[in-house]
Amino acid sequence: MKNVLNRAVGHRLFWPLVMLAALLLINVIAVPGFLSITVNSEGHLFGSIIDILRNGAPTLIIAVGMTLVIATRGIDLSVGSVCAIAGAVASSMILASPTPNNVGTVTGALLTALVLSLGLGLANGLLVAGLGIQPIISTLILMTAGRGIAMLITEGQIITVNSVPFAFLGSGFILGVPVATVAGVLIFALAALLTRRTAMGLLIEAVGINPEASRQAGVRARGLKFSVYALCALLAGIAGLILTSNQTAADANNTGLFIELDAILAVVIGGTSLAGGRYSLAGTLVGALIIQTLVTTVYTVGIPPIATMVFKAAVVTAVCLLQSPTTAAALERWRSRLATRHLQGVAAKAGAAR
Amino acid sequence: MRKTIVAFAASALMLALTACSGGAATPAATGGASGGAPNKALDKLVVGFAQVGAESGWRTANTKDIQDSFKTAGIQLKFSDAQQKQENQIKAIRSYIQQGVDYIAFSPVVQTGWDAVLNEAKAAGIPVILTDRAVDSQDKTLYKTFLGSDFVAEGKKAGDWVTAQYKDATSTVNIVQLEGTTGSAPAIDRSSGFADAIKGNPNLKVVASQTGDFTRAGGKQVMEAFLKSQPKIDMVFAQNDDMGLGAIEAIEAAGKVPGKDIKIVTVDAVKDGMQALSDGKINFIVECSPLLGNQLIDVVKKLNAGTPVEQRIVTEETTFTAEQAKAALPNRKY
Repeated sequence: MKNVLNRAVGHRLFWPLVMLAALLLINVIAVPGFLSITVNSEGHLFGSIIDILRNGAPTLIIAVGMTLVIATRGIDLSVGSVCAIAGAVASSMILASPTPNNVGTVTGALLTALVLSLGLGLANGLLVAGLGIQPIISTLILMTAGRGIAMLITEGQIITVNSVPFAFLGSGFILGVPVATVAGVLIFALAALLTRRTAMGLLIEAVGINPEASRQAGVRARGLKFSVYALCALLAGIAGLILTSNQTAADANNTGLFIELDAILAVVIGGTSLAGGRYSLAGTLVGALIIQTLVTTVYTVGIPPIATMVFKAAVVTAVCLLQSPTTAAALERWRSRLATRHLQGVAAKAGAAR
Repeated sequence: MRKTIVAFAASALMLALTACSGGAATPAATGGASGGAPNKALDKLVVGFAQVGAESGWRTANTKDIQDSFKTAGIQLKFSDAQQKQENQIKAIRSYIQQGVDYIAFSPVVQTGWDAVLNEAKAAGIPVILTDRAVDSQDKTLYKTFLGSDFVAEGKKAGDWVTAQYKDATSTVNIVQLEGTTGSAPAIDRSSGFADAIKGNPNLKVVASQTGDFTRAGGKQVMEAFLKSQPKIDMVFAQNDDMGLGAIEAIEAAGKVPGKDIKIVTVDAVKDGMQALSDGKINFIVECSPLLGNQLIDVVKKLNAGTPVEQRIVTEETTFTAEQAKAALPNRKY
């Protein structure tokens, strides 16, 4: 029994899951009906949990790509800008077309935006894998320039799109479940299958742990890096389309703003090291859920806006501290010292009694 | 309604123009009489304008209106775009001083750090006009006037409408507030103006208030959470149109009718907001106008004629109901 508990506490997802449960508990205390999910008149699932799953989907989708990039010892700061570009391209194409409500028009616009995103990812890959420029610098270029590109596409305006098929992506439902959530789950499952049921995940980790050794062992590090950056940008494009569709407008200034930081945070909370190597997609999933639950908690519990940042920082600090090996070791020492003192106390008492 | 105002302003402007050129026709004498005021002919005036950048639709409309107003008035305008950077703006102002323009107008990117360059302008004898944003300089002689919106008054106008709307209410009216970016002047001032206006009626109660960062996505997410955590919401005060538009989507997704089940008041009056207002999804909008070009021309003309101007000039702004929005929508510029 104790053994099982010890193993559970030792699991790297234990503390993140505890944190997630704690956040949900705070919400339930504040609003007793927080966990309830109802089916509304249109047959859609409705409730706070559904909101978390829907609004958290874009972060999760990007974080999946980010996990693989980070596993190769890289980082991608440009995902937020790619979101803005994808949204701007799709919106302006739909707006320019005479038939904005035609499914074909919308599909064409979405595909164009995604192909473009993939292209941007390849450009990142070229800088990192082809030219050997440090990832943080390479992707910083697109992070800065990307928003400018999106502004050029939208001419500095917020473009409102009134298109029923496009709105479906961000606020529609499939069998009662939000489309964004379905997309998030599918992408997560695909990524897990692709990297964990094949050798790809192992190769990515090998590149992250020691690029030179893996190259000498015959791993094609360059091609792998190329593909993870391309995949990351493609996923960012999908997330950008969901975000844009959800707000029915392309906002070059704000769509996906700081989402790269949320994604990186989700990856780190999930226990993947920024130094590359071993990664955990399940951890990233929990991380993304924690971040979105945190946002919802602030609104539900009614934390004053000026204190919001401090509250978020406190939660994130707590998760990171609980996961750090140093803290874990310190906790362990403290526990054993307590145990020793307890034993000594017992022995002393026994001695005194005698 | 709006059209007539514009037409009126334009005709007033034309009158002023002819009056001025009439004055210029009798040379030198008037210039000397007005006690050292430049009183140049308008087509000889040069005004340098240092804009913040092009960060929003609001700002683009602001730029276009200023450029158009100067063209109509026949005053030469030198325009620079600082791309949201203070150093660019300081450079632009210095170059205006070197070129010896007659007046400098600018929207400061940030509030602090202007004393040095404004003193240079003062030493060169070039009057400075602030538009849209203020500087926190202690020395009020560094600029002639600050022309811009009064955010407190905007919040108050919104609150007044709510008070009038529920003056016969016998039970509590639950209001939720979507605030702008935390710490920004419009967010702070609109909140305080609104709170001030509704405090007279104890039935009006702000039950929840969160920041939606002035964006649609922010407004939508906050409203989604409010709809689940608050048992009853009668009214939303969104501090800009975009957050109000986000709230509309959240309300619709919850199976309620925006504008009927839950009333909405916003600030700004951009095109999309006005559209929602005329569709009955928003109930009332307080205008925050970027169109201050004509008032700027007015200030330049007054200074040129040697007439004193107020230290603080509030932008001419109005409010809109659904009917007024329908009338104004066809020629809304932004």
